[in-house]
Amino acid sequence: MYQTLRQIAKTGIVSEPAPQPDETLRRIDQRLGAVILKHFGRALAIRHVDAGSCNGCELEIHSMNGPHYNLERLGIKFVASPRHADMLLVTGPVARNMELPLRRTYDATPDPKLVVAIGDCGCSGGIFGESYASCGRVANVIPVDVAVPGCPPTPLALMQGILTAISAARSSRT
Amino acid sequence: MIDLPIQTVPVPGAMPAFRSTTEVGTLRAVAEKASAQKARLVALWGSDETTRGGGFALHIALAFRSGLLWLTLPLAREHPRYPCIADIFPCANRMQRAAYDLLGIHAQDSPDHRKWVRHRAWPGGVFPLRKEFAIGTSFAPSDDRYAFVQVQGEGVHEIPVGPVHAGTIEPGHFRFSIVGEKILRLEERLCYKHKGIEKLFETMTLAEGAKLAARVSGDSTVAYAWAYAMAVEGASGTEPPVRALGLRGILLELERIANHLGDLGYLANDVGFSFGFFQFWRLKEDLLRLQGELFGHRYLMDQVVPGGVARDLPREQALRLVSGLERIQSEAIALKAIYDDHAGAQDRFIMAGQVPQELAEKMGLAGFAGRASGIMRDLRIDFPIPPYQQAAVRMGLHTRGDVAARVSVRFEELFESMRLVQTFARELPPGEILAPVGNCMAGKCGIGWVEGWRGEVLIALETADANRIHRAHAHDPSWQNWPVIERAVIDNIVPDFPLINKSFNLSYSGQDL
Repeated sequence: MYQTLRQIAKTGIVSEPAPQPDETLRRIDQRLGAVILKHFGRALAIRHVDAGSCNGCELEIHSMNGPHYNLERLGIKFVASPRHADMLLVTGPVARNMELPLRRTYDATPDPKLVVAIGDCGCSGGIFGESYASCGRVANVIPVDVAVPGCPPTPLALMQGILTAISAARSSRT
Repeated sequence: MIDLPIQTVPVPGAMPAFRSTTEVGTLRAVAEKASAQKARLVALWGSDETTRGGGFALHIALAFRSGLLWLTLPLAREHPRYPCIADIFPCANRMQRAAYDLLGIHAQDSPDHRKWVRHRAWPGGVFPLRKEFAIGTSFAPSDDRYAFVQVQGEGVHEIPVGPVHAGTIEPGHFRFSIVGEKILRLEERLCYKHKGIEKLFETMTLAEGAKLAARVSGDSTVAYAWAYAMAVEGASGTEPPVRALGLRGILLELERIANHLGDLGYLANDVGFSFGFFQFWRLKEDLLRLQGELFGHRYLMDQVVPGGVARDLPREQALRLVSGLERIQSEAIALKAIYDDHAGAQDRFIMAGQVPQELAEKMGLAGFAGRASGIMRDLRIDFPIPPYQQAAVRMGLHTRGDVAARVSVRFEELFESMRLVQTFARELPPGEILAPVGNCMAGKCGIGWVEGWRGEVLIALETADANRIHRAHAHDPSWQNWPVIERAVIDNIVPDFPLINKSFNLSYSGQDL
């Protein structure tokens, strides 16, 4: 126990400042009103859905929960069921075998809800594209609010995408 | 080299591999002899040879003490079939079913003909890996019934879990049959992530395939990229420079370190000791940042390329890597002492998810999980190619085969990999980092066989004309290890499943392809 406490004290706090939202990541106009966003901004529940990634994006989602990025301090946490979620974080091209589970997860998430597509595959289908086995980008299957490119995107880019989704749009995308 | 009644020819390349084409009628006799000689089945796959004037072919890769045997058995164009070998090598079961779903080649007398890769994306009777099948073809979703084995009896009930899981994990379905909290049976259904990787390879040139190989399983990107590069180099007669091989060794061991750091953190988290998660993920993040600075990518993607590596590591950067690792190492040593002394964590680790050695041998349990069950196999030690030749890798080993044993082997491998990176970085030979990859004729073959952090990764490559790919089979050790988890959880309680599962941490993407 002494060693554990000593290690905690020695480590201190390593969390770093969070990034600012980035409007260029937004794919469709902000669907939610200011009142809802105010609440989401303080307590956002995310359900992650891997729809067919190579598992690279998952590594960075895990990192986001680590001490340097410490997503939970922003009131944002991952939940175990879509029924508890405000936002879906979707990785991968959508494998055709995951098309139905993804749609069902989306339908099970109560309104109002947001979707953030993660990674080059989530944004465009990436190297896997569209084929007999892949539906391509996430937006081909469910509506996507914000898309974060990268292979995989860094934890900071992921946080930026999430924060953009819950910020009021400054300028409407045309 | 191998005591079997077949003619073999060497497969050119870095690893000792031999190839033989033989009658399908000899398959069972060969498999039985191989099993008696303690050879293990590394992979089983099929190919369509109709564009080369044949029918179909079944391929199996067997690992002997002296190297890898790649056995090819031509099958007829009409009703292609071969005798089932899953009774000899149990891990063949799912591979045989996958070969049927993708190519329509049939394992005769198999007790299990259920589909495996095919869910609802394409209908039965359609085989996507056949050459006549166009990759862009899509179908209306088909019926997706699947006969799980049912357990009956008083008080028995089922818990279906997934494909969408409660944590940040890849998708797959687990069907638990339980009494109270105790697991009587677990049945996995995978391949939700099937995204046509093997078909995609066949639309690519040898150069283009490298990027795809690096994305078969993101957490093993270096292992796959190296295996793919090794296969292309063998097929094209390319000799990568010695400096590139030293750098590949550094990259592969860094990948092992990063994965073990992350999983050791999660293993503590799964027993309610979140201190371990935050400490190890702090160390992992420090390493990822260093990797990002030195190699331009936090996970080292696309660093290993056919012919060598993409980026050099100048001397002062190599020294930065060494000192960065020394810092992480001293902290990890302190954390290991805390783990070892933590009664609550050890109580959960010890005897959870046990895989006895006999079961591990029978099922072909691969990689560090195999070594935690007393299976003394590691490609870096059994077939040491540069840079491992000079480094004399020390094997992490345990015999109890439980979560605690896998934690122990992970710690051993973590520290050994740190030693290896430091050795390789200090002794990097001078010279070029990339050799030009020559033109490759049709009909060449190559083998890539690499001890990734999870276990042995195999790429079996055959070339077409114009530097294109005729067939590339990527094999992840998860194929072997997933069925073992079904056995490891029996008689454990459901709440220990996440812990047992994480102690293996298998790839879904690498299995589903």
